Amino acid sequence: MGIRFVLMVNKQGQTRLAQYYEYLTLEERRALEGEIVRKCLARNEQQCSFVEHRTYKIVYRRYASLFFLVGVDNEENELAILEFIHLLVETMDRHFGNVCELDIMFHLEKAHFMLEEMVMNGCIVETSKANILAPIQLMDKAS
Amino acid sequence: MSGSGSITTAGGGGGGGGPSLMDSLFQRTLDDLIKGIRIHTPGSAQSTFISKSLDEIRREIKSTDLQTKSIAIQKLTYLHSLHGFDMSWAAFHAVELTSSPSFIHKKSGYLAASLSFRPTTEVLLLLTNQLRKDLSSANQHEVSLALECLSVICNQDFARDLTPDIFTLLGSSKSFIRKKSIACLLMFFGQYPDAVRVCFKRLVENLEAADNGQTLSATVGVFCELASKEPRSYLPLAPEFYRILVDSRNNWVLIKVLKIFGKLAKLEPRLAKKVVEPICDHMKRSEAKSLVFECVRTIVSSFYEYEFAVKLAVAKIREFLLHSDLNLKYLGLQGLLLVAPNHLWAVIENKDVVIKSLSDVDRNIKLEALRLVMSMVCDDNVVEICRVLVGYALKSDPEFCNEILTSMLSTCSKNTYEIVVDFDWYVSLLGEMARIPNCRNGEEIEYQLIDIGMRVKDVRPELVRVGRDLLIDPALLGNPFIHRILSAAAWVSGEYVRFSKNPFEIMEALLQPRTNLLPPSIRAVYIHSAFKVLSFCLHSFLLPNRTANSLSKFVDMEPDFTYSDSEREFSETSGLRPHQEFNPRDESETNADNATNSSSSLKKDAFTRESVVNLLTLVLTSSSPLAGSHDVEIQERGRNLLGLAHLAQQEISCHDDKSKEKMVDRDDLKTSIIIRLIDDALSEDFGPVSSSAQERVSIPDGLLLEENLSKLDVICADVQLPKTKSFSLIRPGFLPTDGDSVSSRQNEESETSAAESTSLLSEHRKRHGLFYLPSDDNKKKASRGFPPANDPNKKGKDVEDLVKLTDESLVLKKKSNAARPRPVVVKLDEGERVPVAVKKTQSNDDLISGAVRDVLLGNESNQSGKQPSSGRRKGKAPSKVDLGSESKNNNMEESFEVGNSSKRRSKHRTHGKDKKHPSPPVNDENGETNKQKSGSRHGRHKARQRAEDGGLNVDVQKPVIPDFLL
Repeated sequence: MGIRFVLMVNKQGQTRLAQYYEYLTLEERRALEGEIVRKCLARNEQQCSFVEHRTYKIVYRRYASLFFLVGVDNEENELAILEFIHLLVETMDRHFGNVCELDIMFHLEKAHFMLEEMVMNGCIVETSKANILAPIQLMDKAS
Repeated sequence: MSGSGSITTAGGGGGGGGPSLMDSLFQRTLDDLIKGIRIHTPGSAQSTFISKSLDEIRREIKSTDLQTKSIAIQKLTYLHSLHGFDMSWAAFHAVELTSSPSFIHKKSGYLAASLSFRPTTEVLLLLTNQLRKDLSSANQHEVSLALECLSVICNQDFARDLTPDIFTLLGSSKSFIRKKSIACLLMFFGQYPDAVRVCFKRLVENLEAADNGQTLSATVGVFCELASKEPRSYLPLAPEFYRILVDSRNNWVLIKVLKIFGKLAKLEPRLAKKVVEPICDHMKRSEAKSLVFECVRTIVSSFYEYEFAVKLAVAKIREFLLHSDLNLKYLGLQGLLLVAPNHLWAVIENKDVVIKSLSDVDRNIKLEALRLVMSMVCDDNVVEICRVLVGYALKSDPEFCNEILTSMLSTCSKNTYEIVVDFDWYVSLLGEMARIPNCRNGEEIEYQLIDIGMRVKDVRPELVRVGRDLLIDPALLGNPFIHRILSAAAWVSGEYVRFSKNPFEIMEALLQPRTNLLPPSIRAVYIHSAFKVLSFCLHSFLLPNRTANSLSKFVDMEPDFTYSDSEREFSETSGLRPHQEFNPRDESETNADNATNSSSSLKKDAFTRESVVNLLTLVLTSSSPLAGSHDVEIQERGRNLLGLAHLAQQEISCHDDKSKEKMVDRDDLKTSIIIRLIDDALSEDFGPVSSSAQERVSIPDGLLLEENLSKLDVICADVQLPKTKSFSLIRPGFLPTDGDSVSSRQNEESETSAAESTSLLSEHRKRHGLFYLPSDDNKKKASRGFPPANDPNKKGKDVEDLVKLTDESLVLKKKSNAARPRPVVVKLDEGERVPVAVKKTQSNDDLISGAVRDVLLGNESNQSGKQPSSGRRKGKAPSKVDLGSESKNNNMEESFEVGNSSKRRSKHRTHGKDKKHPSPPVNDENGETNKQKSGSRHGRHKARQRAEDGGLNVDVQKPVIPDFLL
């Protein structure tokens, strides 16, 4: 099913956002996150952005203090996922203005909202920043 | 709502338990919570704060004020998704919030639901009505909320109940809604395959509406997922996908379409011919590396027959490999790995990069490089490659070092050491691997050393040499990771001691004091090997003539491998066989011309009385302590060894006094008689056992293997079978489940313990006769529970069959091997591997594809009536829809033929677009569609005119000859 989860983790290994597109119990999630974080955060800049873990392929990218980790099927195109991560970050940047870890922490719902606009059921459905942000801006105006 | 939920609030000093106005007024917001968590240091302070907050949330969530409730849910969702707190108890409150008129509250409710609900959540079904209401809301954002939630939590009930709603949404005029309902559809199909019959046509329509980029991405995504499970059903849609491939400029969409074609092309070669050009165009033109890589991947994995395309792809791979970006390098290596099976030249062309990548800093890149190196291995270069790899293994970190060793071991041993020609080299490589400090592959090396010993007769002298080198190095005993290898070395040295240049040296190594570092099971192997060495030395000393004869049968160089019982027969009948080529210690003069027996004279002299007496003294002094060992296995074997040594010492030392003439009748000594017996027992050659040997034993009538197993538990509870085996001759994974056959194969190694276990078995039989088969005669293999794999006394039918089988497989082998001097490797049969389990597709997938075929091929006339949009007559509707999609584009038609040319051709109605079966368009409407759409048609197809013949061939019988793509 393409994307199977999206994680945002800071460099201390704390999860800042977790969205799964398949059902895992809390324990499974915690174990999986722990393993992945340990594996990916140990890697340095001179290493590539793809890690195989269990049945997943993890594509990750670091932006300042935040790691964006996306778990995908083996079939998925790694470079496209890297682009997806970048698009996500750009979108957040456009909305929050110079996005940082705190923005995501304090606006978790919005971050989820953006992600929901972009990905449904593991498929990327929207790639235009304007379209992704339109509902959120509407909501902000209303409240 | 008043809180009477299952959760009791924590005391509640202020508000008396229930939610109060105070709670609402002074409620902590989500921001407060987050700040609170941040100021409390992680640890007890933080967890106290969180549990306090949870108590507050429990109270607040019961509030009748939706604002309070909504904030409580928000906080809880936060704690749930980032700190892993359970929130299943709040499921009902989340459902409640979804019905709020306020969008913000509704959103919090849905988010909580989609993040926390699980398939077993009880209140799930309470959501159905709300979802239905929101799906039909006039506010598109409410619809979107419901769809998003549904795409995560959808189960079978939801899918069944809400299929009509989603069907309506699929026809929505707002692409915002449409794309989301399309993405949601995949979930529906998976949960409720009947939804396919209702919704599939609308999905296809969305595929055709290529003008709308927004929905296309979602639609193609859905098809990509569907096709990855069962591509065949989607062949008829190939024309649509082709159009997208050629027209679309959206890389996300193109990547998905490429994936779909990768699947479809494997089913239909003519389709491959058609799409390979446009794919190459993309590969040449595109700036986006992701798209280029997807093209490369598609070409090399699905279109590898097209030389020009592969050449282009390999050129792109090379670009990736040489790129400074590590990600591209990694993907380049992956791409090469995909090319390797069909176009090895591509790997060899890039050999330099691959080898260099072995020392990359990134472990992932190193691993890919290693896989590539292994893909290059063939029997010509295996020696060279292994030499390079051992070099890399020595300087790599422990983890990667073992990756290298593991892949070398598995590559070389594949298909019974298929690529190994020079076994002497391979055996010494194994010895070399054992000495690599980080080696953790002891188990596999142990297995291979013994396995090769049994399978390849010619390599045994070298094997013994390698074993000796390992054994005499006292430093190795300190490394627990190679104890298993030492165990194999000890076993090999004992079993094949007759090839040893200096058995005394081996004896010293086996009994060296540092062996107490070994675990008892391996030490037992050492002692038993010492026993074999001793018996060999005594035998050579006391019965030199007999040694000559018996040796001739061991070292029989005949290429065909025969089982020991037949060997024994001929060695007995022809004591002096004409071809005793290899008798290292033969005293006769016939072997003067043998190259390998350079040491024979030395050997002959070696067994002097003095050396044997020294040997006995060594054995007696070093194994006396063993008799008092706590480990029964060691103690028992130690006693065996001591017993033999004592016996021999008495007789040999009393011989000392007597005159030389008396020495002639050594044969009459008690020791000689015993040695002869022992030697007979030990001289049986071990052969490999086919993993399917057990299966070949036919199950007797009336034996129900799977019944009454519960009763067995009762029996097994009070009987502990003794674990006799120190190591197994069969790879652990191949062990027959009953374990009995293993002990049978080892009965020589531990005769006494075998006897013990048989007595135990008979006692057991007495007690639980009910569970045994009648043991009326010994012809029935099942009476002992296992076939006597190597038992010379019982020439059972199975053994004969086995021998025959061996011969057969060797005859084949000989033919293929005629050209090269590769030693014989005993293979029992081709079926040694565990049969690959037949891949089962999920029943749901079958259902989906079945429904898809029905829809696409128009077999669902009864369903069409249900669909509100189809104003057409019943029964005709499906064919029209098909026609509509076909006639839009002549290219489509061609590929449609492709689809129909698959197996289903005879089964279903075929669409005769073939010029051999021209038929008039069924009605005007069709013709119009045809013309209208032909304007927007892509103009590069050669067979364009044929579209004008396009019509519906209702003739079911006539098979279409689909030759458009040829």
